[in-house]
Amino acid sequence: MSFEPVIGLEVHAQLLTETKIFCGCSTAFGAPPNSQVCPVCLGLPGALPVLNERAVEHAVRTAVALECTVHRASIFARKNYFYPDLPKGYQISQYEEPLATDGHVEYFDDGAARRVRIMRVHMEEDAGKSIHDGFPDSGGKTYLDFNRSGVPLAEIVTQPDLRAPSEAARFFQRLRRILLAAGVNDGNMEEGSLRCDANVSVRPRGAEALGVKVEIKNLNSFRFLERALDYEVGRQSALLERGGTVVQETRLWDVAGGRTVSMRSKEEAHDYRYFPDPDLPPLVLDSDWVASVREGLPELPEARKQRLMADHGLPERDAALLADDPDLSSFFEAAAAAAGNARAAANWIMGAVAHRMKTLGVGIAAAKVTPASLGALIRLVDGGTISNSVARDVFEKMAATGRPPEAIVEAEGLSQIGDAEELGAAVRKALSENPAAVGKYRTGKTGALGFLVGQVMRATRGQANPRVVNELLKEALETGEE
Amino acid sequence: MPDRLTRADVERIAALAHLDLTPEEVDLFTPQLADILEYAERLQGVDVSGADESWHPGGADCPRRPDSVRPSLARDQTLANAPDGVADRTSETGGFFRVPRVLG
Repeated sequence: MSFEPVIGLEVHAQLLTETKIFCGCSTAFGAPPNSQVCPVCLGLPGALPVLNERAVEHAVRTAVALECTVHRASIFARKNYFYPDLPKGYQISQYEEPLATDGHVEYFDDGAARRVRIMRVHMEEDAGKSIHDGFPDSGGKTYLDFNRSGVPLAEIVTQPDLRAPSEAARFFQRLRRILLAAGVNDGNMEEGSLRCDANVSVRPRGAEALGVKVEIKNLNSFRFLERALDYEVGRQSALLERGGTVVQETRLWDVAGGRTVSMRSKEEAHDYRYFPDPDLPPLVLDSDWVASVREGLPELPEARKQRLMADHGLPERDAALLADDPDLSSFFEAAAAAAGNARAAANWIMGAVAHRMKTLGVGIAAAKVTPASLGALIRLVDGGTISNSVARDVFEKMAATGRPPEAIVEAEGLSQIGDAEELGAAVRKALSENPAAVGKYRTGKTGALGFLVGQVMRATRGQANPRVVNELLKEALETGEE
Repeated sequence: MPDRLTRADVERIAALAHLDLTPEEVDLFTPQLADILEYAERLQGVDVSGADESWHPGGADCPRRPDSVRPSLARDQTLANAPDGVADRTSETGGFFRVPRVLG
């Protein structure tokens, strides 16, 4: 029997604030343990939480970027459980009456239109960090750092609209790009500012009813997400194939073992005893303010991609690559305008420019090549002043020195030689030194022409105009002059 | 109505909360805590079947503060009351709270 996976994601995104959600402690990453804590985020008795206005704004930005309905009033609730990294014994979250519901992400994936519905977006505080290993007494002790305790998060829950592990991983990448573009999250999965849990079940292909779902926790890379889902889909399918049943439970991805392992079953599931937090009155949002947040959103990647395709005639693949990086998109649009040739600008940016950025490990903003200078370089090629191969050398010099391309071509005498007189000697030399190729050509193997053109180009250090060389060689070969 | 809170209850709660109470303090807190519990019981006895559900007593919007950093506690202060904290910054385990091992 063939089974179809049904997958939904729960994503936790750290909102880009200076301070925690309910107190003025810094959220900066990498500080010494317990150096960014206070009575509020340590859960000391009598401390009162006060909501961070920037966290609210970023949560609303997240919600509107995901096309959600933002509710006028939402409620903060206490989610009660006991674990050492949760000093108050409860996490302040939203449960009934969340910030926003009913959104969606529409995007193209492998040329097909997709739509993943967003069930809800709500605000909550992060817990502290437990460290179970690496200390001399780790055999008997767990260490705790509360710097993360109270860091503001948006929890984003999708409907079970994903149908393959690879699709889920690509959707998570897309979601990350949206959050980055909206300016609400730094996308740094290694530092834990973007984390993902997945709900997955399988059902016989063609069936309507959903199977029993399993939740996989802490999938903190695109690769782990895809591998854990692959494993889990295989495990559940094999179980059903043998006539077994899937148990509703929470599982963990075991990186070293390459498998998921059971963490707790539904019977052991927590009863969180949610109730409205008496310290925090309902959050009431003004609809005009929500509208202004929506209007203040920058262009998001999918919209930008569509625009690059429409305005510049780029194929979807190229447009998607450029659209994912706002700086790169702006650079492209300025370079395309300066060059009067969008296609060439895109090729340069995704080729030589991207290569150089990758080698140096810098963003486009740090590049010595500007959109204007790249545009000028493309004009030199299009106008026949230099060949493409010379242009590549000029580009390297521009990137190293920041000098404009015209100055480099002028100073180094790199202008293309298109004059038949000037090229004559090199053409005659190529013919006389390569009698075998000449013979081949004359017996009808016209492919030998390319080899001869290459010889002339090499002799002129790439400066010969290949079109003129082609014509001169053909003329000489066909008239028998050498 | 269940039995009133006893001295033994208070001593047990104090031990769980790592509080060292003097016998005089136990004498003081036992009737105070018992009174609080009895008050809560009286509230539970009120008939609210005709009242609308509400999330919060006041009608106010949730107060907000600007996103600006305020000083955190000094680490010695933070760890001062931890039963097993490691305040010594020079030690490799310095600066952490420490609890009995949670996993395994």
